[in-house]
Amino acid sequence: MEALIEINELNLYYGEVRALRNVTLGIPERSITAFIGPSGCGKSTLLRTLNRMNDMIPGTRIDGSIKIAGTDIYSNQVDVETLRKRVGMVFQQPNPFPKSIYDNVAYGPRLHGIRDRKKLDEIVEASLRSAVLWNEVQHHLKRSAFGLSGGQQQRLCIARALAVEPDILLMDEATSALDPISTLKIEELTQELKDRYTIVMVTHNMQQAARVSQRTAFFLNGELIECAETQKLFANPSNPRTEDYISGRFG
Amino acid sequence: MIRFRNERTSLTNKAMPVILFLCAATSILTTVGIVYTLLSETIRFFTIVPLSDFLTQSRWNPLMAPKSFGIWPLISGTLLITFIACIVALPIGLAAAIYLSEYAPRAVRKIIKPILEVLAGVPTIVYGYFALTFMTPLLRSMIPNLPIFNALSAGIVVGIMIIPMVSSLSEDAMLAVPRSLRDGAYALGATRFEAVLKIVLPAGLSGVISAFVLAFSRAIGETMIVTVAAGATPKLTLNPLDSIQTMTAYIVQVSLGDTPHGSVEYGTIFAVGMTLFVITLILNIAAKRLSLRFREEY
Repeated sequence: MEALIEINELNLYYGEVRALRNVTLGIPERSITAFIGPSGCGKSTLLRTLNRMNDMIPGTRIDGSIKIAGTDIYSNQVDVETLRKRVGMVFQQPNPFPKSIYDNVAYGPRLHGIRDRKKLDEIVEASLRSAVLWNEVQHHLKRSAFGLSGGQQQRLCIARALAVEPDILLMDEATSALDPISTLKIEELTQELKDRYTIVMVTHNMQQAARVSQRTAFFLNGELIECAETQKLFANPSNPRTEDYISGRFG
Repeated sequence: MIRFRNERTSLTNKAMPVILFLCAATSILTTVGIVYTLLSETIRFFTIVPLSDFLTQSRWNPLMAPKSFGIWPLISGTLLITFIACIVALPIGLAAAIYLSEYAPRAVRKIIKPILEVLAGVPTIVYGYFALTFMTPLLRSMIPNLPIFNALSAGIVVGIMIIPMVSSLSEDAMLAVPRSLRDGAYALGATRFEAVLKIVLPAGLSGVISAFVLAFSRAIGETMIVTVAAGATPKLTLNPLDSIQTMTAYIVQVSLGDTPHGSVEYGTIFAVGMTLFVITLILNIAAKRLSLRFREEY
């Protein structure tokens, strides 16, 4: 397996608290990898190290390394803005900007220097199509993003992330604030995106991990317990603690 | 028999709203009182001096012959001071707010915020003498022929005085913008400054505009600094190097003098006060509308 993201002996500390312990994990290209585990197990923290959103939290310290396509993303050759352009993120709560649908999607491309109106129009349309939102919003791109439903807002946030043409898309419990039908739509969407993007998703919902991902990693107390093909991990886990968790004995 | 009433609860339930209402009503009654006094004295004044003279003449010289009651020199003096103050206070105040809300580590914020609050609590008379004995000599060393009393020095110091207000209110407005919006911008590769400029500031704009307008009103109404440092020579000018007089400083001058109650000269301070009141009122209404227009929901 050729891994696009290689996490090696990663430790992360919030002040005195050690939130990740010696995590070593490879994430393959153009597929979906799911992180599961109980609250506080470090899965979201690990996700946020991949685009360095943890940098924002004072007192955070890491050791070990994370390489994306062979480059250590914490080395000083990497500037964090460029990293985040290549590693997009969708959050737990839909967080559209208080702007129009169009401006939400165009925000990223504009940030990275695209000014040409026609080019922006193309990017906005392509991104909204990729996020399967185009048909619903194509006639009112000028309306406020806040007029959309929660599920539509989340797909808008996905379109916004895709608009800067990332290689990797991080989804941090992206469906946990949504109703079942919106959740289903987002899950279907991930299936369409996985051929073009490397998706890493954190989910609380084991069924979701089983439904959508190719590989699943199970975390407990900051440690990676097991990472395997999703089918194998759910059918025949090699670690008893994984089995306890997926069979509902705790968590 | 079970009793469902007791003296304690029924008394407080009846009495407290009344007491609280009276307290709330105090401010309304005060406003009504102020408007009534201003209005009645102003109307009396305009029965003697025609309103057209007040609004069209370009000289303000009500205390000595030949008398003349054109309000414009006082208005121009006031606006000149306000304009200079805003040029100083709005950029610096906003930049300080951006620093405090987006960049400052918690430890630095803990030091700077109280200092800003101290600055806001300094009595304005102290600022007045700061203008006269520090700012003016400083400016005079750079600008020859600058009169001792001048609009520039007073305006700059009024600006310094309102910086804490601009920065603290703008900072509140920006801190109210949810963290999730910043995260959204950062996750797309925005730098901190880009996130501030394109996301945080627009989202907090209505609050920032309110801060600006409050600061503007404060500058218009500022009295002691301009009385001490800007001069007492009403002049229709927009030259910051001139000695001028503001509306507030004129009111102080007349109130402190021996002008007999009920005279025309005495009436002028109400007419001037009314003008000040109307200008601030228009500003506040304009600000309300402006901030509603720029409101971004989140």
